[in-house]
Amino acid sequence: MTAQEIVFLLLGVVTVGSAVLVVTTRRLVHAALWLVVSFGALAGSYLVLTAEFVAWAQVLIYVGAVVVLLLFGVMLTEAPIGRSDALDSGNRWAALAIATATAGVLVTVVVRGFKDAYLPPRPGGGTAGVIGSSVFRGWVLPLEVLSLLLLATLVGAIVLSRTDVVREPSDDHDDHDDHGDPADHGDHDGQGRGDA
Amino acid sequence: MTPEMKGFLLVSVIKMLVVFTVIMVGVALLTLMERKVSAWMQNRRGPNRVGPAGLLQPAADGLKNILKEETFPALANRWLFLLAPAMSFIPALLLSAVIPFGAPLPLDFDFTLGPLGQFVHQGPMPLVVADLPIGFLFVLAISSMGVYGIALAGWSSNSKYSLLGGLRASAQMVSYEVPLALSLIPVLLLAGNVNFSAIVQGQQAGLWYVLPLFLSFFIFLISGLAETNRVPFDLPEAEAELIAGYHTEYSAMKFSFFFIAEYANVVTVCAMVTTLFFGGWDIPFTRWDESGGVLQTLATAASFFVKVMFWIFFVMWIRWTLPRFRYDQLMALGWKVLLPLALAYIMVICVAIYVLDRFTGLTDPITQSLGLFGLNVVIAVLVFGLLDRGVFVRGSARQRRALEATARRPQVVT
Repeated sequence: MTAQEIVFLLLGVVTVGSAVLVVTTRRLVHAALWLVVSFGALAGSYLVLTAEFVAWAQVLIYVGAVVVLLLFGVMLTEAPIGRSDALDSGNRWAALAIATATAGVLVTVVVRGFKDAYLPPRPGGGTAGVIGSSVFRGWVLPLEVLSLLLLATLVGAIVLSRTDVVREPSDDHDDHDDHGDPADHGDHDGQGRGDA
Repeated sequence: MTPEMKGFLLVSVIKMLVVFTVIMVGVALLTLMERKVSAWMQNRRGPNRVGPAGLLQPAADGLKNILKEETFPALANRWLFLLAPAMSFIPALLLSAVIPFGAPLPLDFDFTLGPLGQFVHQGPMPLVVADLPIGFLFVLAISSMGVYGIALAGWSSNSKYSLLGGLRASAQMVSYEVPLALSLIPVLLLAGNVNFSAIVQGQQAGLWYVLPLFLSFFIFLISGLAETNRVPFDLPEAEAELIAGYHTEYSAMKFSFFFIAEYANVVTVCAMVTTLFFGGWDIPFTRWDESGGVLQTLATAASFFVKVMFWIFFVMWIRWTLPRFRYDQLMALGWKVLLPLALAYIMVICVAIYVLDRFTGLTDPITQSLGLFGLNVVIAVLVFGLLDRGVFVRGSARQRRALEATARRPQVVT
């Protein structure tokens, strides 16, 4: 075994181990932090495979944005310091079965699909230049379709979170304070759900 | 291990030690500089009791902080409470690894050191700890992790003020990361590379990017200030409303760690502004990376240092000049002004570079930059006119006229 393979395996163990801790820990914020460790170790595995761009994009998006937003949401609503028993669920065996089955399917597909096809990682194979030219030359249509999907999601989020849709059109929307006017807020909620 | 490998390791370790020492000592001196600058701006003397002109004040502060009692809130989350100061500090140090601070240094050595064996190094050594080919993405990824320290400090303290500070920090830093990243894209487009050394070389060949990409610089500076939580964006630690926010419950060395982190972040952001928009270590009208003398290399490092110091002073100047934003103003500025501005600017710059490349015969980087500079003057006038909405430019004139009118009126009446 080369040093590279050993590091890769260790990172894999960290990824899986922290992923298990995410679902087993009884502390909400700790779960989010174990998710950070898991994503970080995954980024490390990409680095070992010389996929630099993917690795840092993983850190930027998942560690730096997704989990931060998750933590933000948790802290905004409820984030007890100690253990919370509500985090346990009676469905845990069903969840375990589904998780194992999904992992089984994925591993089988990948192993059978790529059986003996090995691609030795080469330095500089995953830099911004290589990824950029492959994405914008070979895969430009899928990229544009994906970006349209993201745009649609963005528009949807804005529509759902608007608080001024049922109000009479006024000059200044920014001043609307939905805590100060409960009746108005209730109205909007009904309308919002109807729209959705 | 080959002798070349050992030479590389030796050089890298020395570079790491130098950068680390400069940042740590620099941060200590910056706390003094901040107090001196604020004193100067408020017509006071500032710290002047410890050592000549108060120069030893940082040492006294450090000693005091180490000797102070470490308080520990009874209901805090012990591990995260301990981890948070380090987590806010590490990203700032990591970022300093990819910033080139001088022209490549010509360095040849070949010696044997007892049982360690032979060390060999040949050719110019780049004056940067790690010249990552993916430079800018590393910077964005690491700076996006800086929020964890503050958010977790706020949460693990188990105090309402700290929690509010942590919440504000995470919302603010996630919001301003977007314009920060988008403002980098025109730089990458113009340089044609994502590596910082290449960006500096691009500026050596043409003009400093602050001229052809002025709006990018403007957005980057504002978002950078917001990312470091400095005034006017220091809402996470607003002392008047949050009793110092996320570090309310911290004391002694853990407390000062947050300040070390803040100043290290300021140094990094200023170094980034210098590297991306002010030519990095470039001295105008020289090409000293090619001639390659030790003195020239040291001169470029000094030039980098002077530029960074100017921006650090600028940041302090802003701190002691501007009042704090209100939270809704902060969010509106980030999402409704800077984000659309950055997106529109990317489009404009894309088209401009394309047109310059294809339809005009201007291939020389300097003429190209001058063309973009002309475009930027027009854009800047339009944008600042639009942002201003008659508040500063015409507003002050109107105010002055009104004042003059009221000053004149009594004379007319009497």
